[in-house]
Amino acid sequence: MRAYFGRRYMLSASHRLHADALNAEENRAAYGKCNNPHGHGHNYVVEVLAGGPVDEETGMVVDLGALDASVQTKVLDRFDHANLNLDLLFANRVPTTENLCKAVFELIEDSIAPAELVQVRVEETENNFFEYAGK
Amino acid sequence: MIFLTRRATFSASHYYWNEAWTAEKNEQVFGRCANRNGHGHNYTLEVTVAGEPDPVTGFVVDLKWLKDAIEREVLAAYDHRHLNLEAPEFAKAIPTTENIAIAAWNRLEPAVTKAGGARLSRIRVYETPEIFAEYRGEP
Repeated sequence: MRAYFGRRYMLSASHRLHADALNAEENRAAYGKCNNPHGHGHNYVVEVLAGGPVDEETGMVVDLGALDASVQTKVLDRFDHANLNLDLLFANRVPTTENLCKAVFELIEDSIAPAELVQVRVEETENNFFEYAGK
Repeated sequence: MIFLTRRATFSASHYYWNEAWTAEKNEQVFGRCANRNGHGHNYTLEVTVAGEPDPVTGFVVDLKWLKDAIEREVLAAYDHRHLNLEAPEFAKAIPTTENIAIAAWNRLEPAVTKAGGARLSRIRVYETPEIFAEYRGEP
């Protein structure tokens, strides 16, 4: 039977929303306080949802230890207590939470087999969150 | 289509053990969860039903009825129980969060279907605030 397993992680990072294609005034209009040249930070919650058949021997959809290890090495070690703007993944795209959500999905997509990565949710604050379910 | 969710909590103990395996393999795969003395969690159960609002009442389902059905069908069997020892569906199946979600679906689905009006759409079970499993009735 197909079921889903979800796991929530936390990472703290700084960013600045600024698009090189826009001038200073346009950036301030588009991003407001988030365009502050010195950046600012969030405690992000990353929620990973894996799907697949429940293994008859273990009763599990995904090996929690393997999932934790994958997220730790590919996502948390990379982004926790870092400045997202300086990460190569954001060299050409603005580190909005939309783009962080897609980046997390793409970083772990191939590493949780045989389970399938169904969705990544990133909560930027308690009041806003973003979800990406692949193409 | 409206999706309506009712949340409930229960506290239960369990352990993970596959009788077909050696003790060493159980400990290797399940780690601390294989302790035969068991351990416990405060679980949160989220029951989502789907349907159209009734033209007279405006309800997809009567929430009081749903609350009572969850208590009768699921909480009475799981709350303050040892799942391996007291819930018959876990005499053989391991009470992982995934299997609890499936078992809660199997317990509730006939009552929701019999009541008419709404269908059971999703069961989500949080084992801790950071770990959850979900079943959507898929084969």
